[in-house]
Amino acid sequence: MQLAKEVKYLIHKEVLLEWRSKYTINGVLLYVVSTIFTCYLSFISLGTEKLIWNALFWIIMLFASINGVSKSFLQETKGQQLYSYILASPAAVLISKTVYNTILMLVLTTIALGFYILVFDSFTPPDLLLYYVAVIMGSISFSTVFTMVSAIASKAGNGGMLMAILSFPIIIPVLILLIKLAKNAVDGLPWENSYDEIGMLLLVNILTVATSLLLFPYLWRD
Amino acid sequence: MNKTWWKILGSVLVIYTAIAGLLLGVPRLPILNESIRNLYFHVPMWFAMIVLFSISVFYSIKSLSSKSEIDDIKAVESVNAGIIFGLLGLVTGAIWAKYTWGQFWSFDPKQNFAAISVLLYFAYLILRNAIDEEQKRAKISAIYNIFAFPMMVVLLFVLPRLKDSLHPGNGGNPGFNSYDLDSRMRMVFYPACLGWILIGYWVYTIRFRIRSIENKQQNN
Repeated sequence: MQLAKEVKYLIHKEVLLEWRSKYTINGVLLYVVSTIFTCYLSFISLGTEKLIWNALFWIIMLFASINGVSKSFLQETKGQQLYSYILASPAAVLISKTVYNTILMLVLTTIALGFYILVFDSFTPPDLLLYYVAVIMGSISFSTVFTMVSAIASKAGNGGMLMAILSFPIIIPVLILLIKLAKNAVDGLPWENSYDEIGMLLLVNILTVATSLLLFPYLWRD
Repeated sequence: MNKTWWKILGSVLVIYTAIAGLLLGVPRLPILNESIRNLYFHVPMWFAMIVLFSISVFYSIKSLSSKSEIDDIKAVESVNAGIIFGLLGLVTGAIWAKYTWGQFWSFDPKQNFAAISVLLYFAYLILRNAIDEEQKRAKISAIYNIFAFPMMVVLLFVLPRLKDSLHPGNGGNPGFNSYDLDSRMRMVFYPACLGWILIGYWVYTIRFRIRSIENKQQNN
């Protein structure tokens, strides 16, 4: 119960901080929109092959979420981190960051998907609901993996490049599953064909969260 | 003598499989033909790699609780030895693919996932280089190693089964289970796996001893 209270409080703090500066959300949003625009201008000559646009969407989402989520630990000063570690248990810190990042990614990906459909008129997948399920799964998986990796990278004290190197090999299997799930939605296959991917994604997420929770208490103590 | 018996066993088994693998009879299967002999030289590399990476995770977990430098060196040296076997597995697979599929690298799911899992351990080594302070390096790299291991298991054992692959054992291609019926191949394959695992473990112990001597010299 203590944990739930701490988590709730910490999430409130994160949201409040973000609401005051609105830096991450606006920054990443502008990043997503300008990347989609750049991609549109450079890939339009390839025609309107839906699967290319699907792959592009996930690559844009991947880079946007690396930028968005990596803020969570890299941005905090040493004093801020110390303060939250004194107040709350390490599990509460990790859970609150993960939940907050998931919310952030959900808002971002939803807006990005809307903008994507708006720009690429022909893209609209026939099974929009399944595509949105893929987007939700993507937001959750990206934030669980990147939160832990950004904690590792911030402790190593060598921000951006390390974050990309460490997270890519871990996220590629998740990304492959996501693209497959989204492709099913673009092809308009019945939902039964996608249960395998959804199950695997849930399993990978549970695995990631479980190992993160076990390992994080060792990580934050200096 | 009781400390060297497994080294002798490993060497004898590897020499035996190199000779018997090239000379003993094999079943004639379409497409594969004589290239089926690569089973003796390609698959044991992956077994040795998995064993070495498991040793590394074991010592990473141990070093988190014991905080001893020896456990950390054991973890990193088994990764170093394991990466050699992973690269050898990729190379032997690529040479086989050149003669069977026509290309060294055809972006088959199994090739991709194996390459990504090797990348994962290169990332581990780069993470180690990025941190100067020894105890911090031991702790953070151990955490990354433990965090990455389940992902490697997913990459190598779960995902390839969800995708269509030309690799033997996938999508209707004859796999190990169909060779298994042939006891001639079993006579070579099992000793090859055991032999290469022992050789891999030997490489790791030698590397570990070199590193600990170097450490001792630096501290004096």
